[in-house]
Amino acid sequence: MDSASAPFDSALFPEGVKRCKLKWFLFWIAVLHGPLMVGIVATLMCWGLALNVTYLNNNYPFGLWIAADLGVIALGAGAFFTGFLRYVVNIEELKNIVNYAVVIGVMCYASAQGILGIDIGQPLRGWFIFWHANVHSMLTEVAFCITCYFMVLCIEYLPLILENRQINKFRFFHGMAHHLHGAMPTIAAIGVFLSFFHQGSLGGVPGVLYGRPFAYREGFLVWPWTFFLFILSAIACGPCFTILITRITEGCARKRLVKRNVIEILAKISGRLLAVYLVLKIVDTLYWIVIAGRVGAPLSSFYVNQPYGYWVLITEIGILGVIPAIILLNTKARQNDSLLIIACILNCTGIFMNRWIMTVQSLAVPVMSFDKFVSYHPNWVEYATTFVFVWVSAIVIMLSYRYLPIFPQEKELNPL
Amino acid sequence: MKEAHHEAHEHHGAHKKTYKYGMVVDLDKCTGCGACMVACMAENNLPFRKDNSDRMRSQLWMRVYKISNGRPFPDTDICYIPRPCQHCEGSGHHHTPCVSVCPATATDYSHETGIVSQVYTRCFGCRYCMAACPYHVRVFNWWDPTWPKGMKKYLNPDVSVRMRGVVEKCSFCYHRYQRAKNKAYAEGRRELHEDEYQTACTQACPAGAITFGDLKNPEHKVHELKKSPYAFRLLEKLGTNPKVYYVSTRDWVRKAGEAYAGEEGKSVTHA
Repeated sequence: MDSASAPFDSALFPEGVKRCKLKWFLFWIAVLHGPLMVGIVATLMCWGLALNVTYLNNNYPFGLWIAADLGVIALGAGAFFTGFLRYVVNIEELKNIVNYAVVIGVMCYASAQGILGIDIGQPLRGWFIFWHANVHSMLTEVAFCITCYFMVLCIEYLPLILENRQINKFRFFHGMAHHLHGAMPTIAAIGVFLSFFHQGSLGGVPGVLYGRPFAYREGFLVWPWTFFLFILSAIACGPCFTILITRITEGCARKRLVKRNVIEILAKISGRLLAVYLVLKIVDTLYWIVIAGRVGAPLSSFYVNQPYGYWVLITEIGILGVIPAIILLNTKARQNDSLLIIACILNCTGIFMNRWIMTVQSLAVPVMSFDKFVSYHPNWVEYATTFVFVWVSAIVIMLSYRYLPIFPQEKELNPL
Repeated sequence: MKEAHHEAHEHHGAHKKTYKYGMVVDLDKCTGCGACMVACMAENNLPFRKDNSDRMRSQLWMRVYKISNGRPFPDTDICYIPRPCQHCEGSGHHHTPCVSVCPATATDYSHETGIVSQVYTRCFGCRYCMAACPYHVRVFNWWDPTWPKGMKKYLNPDVSVRMRGVVEKCSFCYHRYQRAKNKAYAEGRRELHEDEYQTACTQACPAGAITFGDLKNPEHKVHELKKSPYAFRLLEKLGTNPKVYYVSTRDWVRKAGEAYAGEEGKSVTHA
């Protein structure tokens, strides 16, 4: 590329890659700021006017925010799991996507914490969860592990920033990035340990509610079965979300960034894990029907109130579970780009639906015989505040893609 | 004073007696007048809004449910169920549902009194306890509390006013327990008479449907009342082990109270 036609900020680009003109980049950043501003206004309303601006109520203390929280953390599992496969299991090819999995993970976990900052009634007291920690609470375990793991993710993201072409010219930063890379297997292993616990404890959040037979599960020691199912479902869908975002990025950039064989590895692993998860989920569902029956809760009582009919169970396990598992397990099917994307979308939607069911539907199901079913749907404030993190994540991803060496194969796949 | 607490067992130290305060509500006597709700609101400084009709967001520590047997005339029958916090004790390996889940230890089960407390200044409003409670006794402060002009002067000075963004619930008028204890100590006593500590709803009930006292103390009325063959507790099968008992001679009422939604209580309608 001759220097005259190069974008104004080309000195900051990774070596040997092409990026769009700065004006187009700024244009799209500005476009994203539109809905972002709406979300910021909604956030300020929640903080300034209290949570009466939402559609949450005493029957639905948990709503879109908590479901989204659990959802994005499951989707962000691609970061720790890809790190685990790359640095602990040592699958060499995954070095070509692990950076991007980290970027996606950072944004997922930042989003989860941001949403919680809006969701709690007294955000300024958020630190009480650490200071006055109740060790019996699953939420305490979640808070500690998520915060620690977010720090781990930031440490994993740091060398990418330091490897920016200009920053890397400084000897100190160059050395720092080099040493951090060297320590990455240890950091990744710590991340895996923390992630297993918080993914699991997020499953424990609904699973321990023995006052709610719809959510309650028996388990092993202090951990309900949902603890293990949440870990498994997160590592089954996380890689799919990484594939999905990579494909979206490639679509926006109009070029291939990761080789097909790398995607193939993630898709295959995801498919196998999803199949194992589905078998255990079906066993868990059958056992749950028996356990709930013991306290006088027939299965029909859970699905009698529309919109939460039996279709929820069928959709979650069948359409959003079995179908993507079949596609991902079949070599020919997953080699078809369209089918692969469909499988990834179904898998990710399924996991989000599972999190919604375990939180919001758990509250929707009446428990006392004279309890009244009331429906809940989020209002614009809840949507806008949740999507704020989607827009912020998009901006961070755009900046990372433009200025940081995220994709090691980009140069080879797109010679100038 | 005669030592009343024969069944009290030792807990938290060699000389500390424990009590198990609870309530027995005679549903056959309850007329659904709502005096208990009003008394509770006045006693505990519960805020209300100009339009307080949205029950999904109103601050009610004591709520009276109206249920019906769902049968046509002339077999129609209705029942009113006053529902304060059930002050669950938990059973087996289960703690009190709301206490074990609170991440900031803002709610606690007192082994001295059997009362489930709520520390408003520690609660940060995650609402996990509300999700854990199957009785909907916990309410969130969706707004900052406001009162009509001049009404602030009439607030109960013994009860702190809660700020927005925190969860609150019935405390069995714990401030009355503290006041009674102080009085007893000043008089050189260590034990309370039954009538010294009574909740506001108990005293306000014109039909005398609510009886309050130490469930373990044979000299307290609740000790005998809870043994009635017509006594039951809400959602007993779940194992929450509540300390609020209900009494009704009507079979369908007992079934409706004990049952999980969708089973025996299927024919019950609510209002």
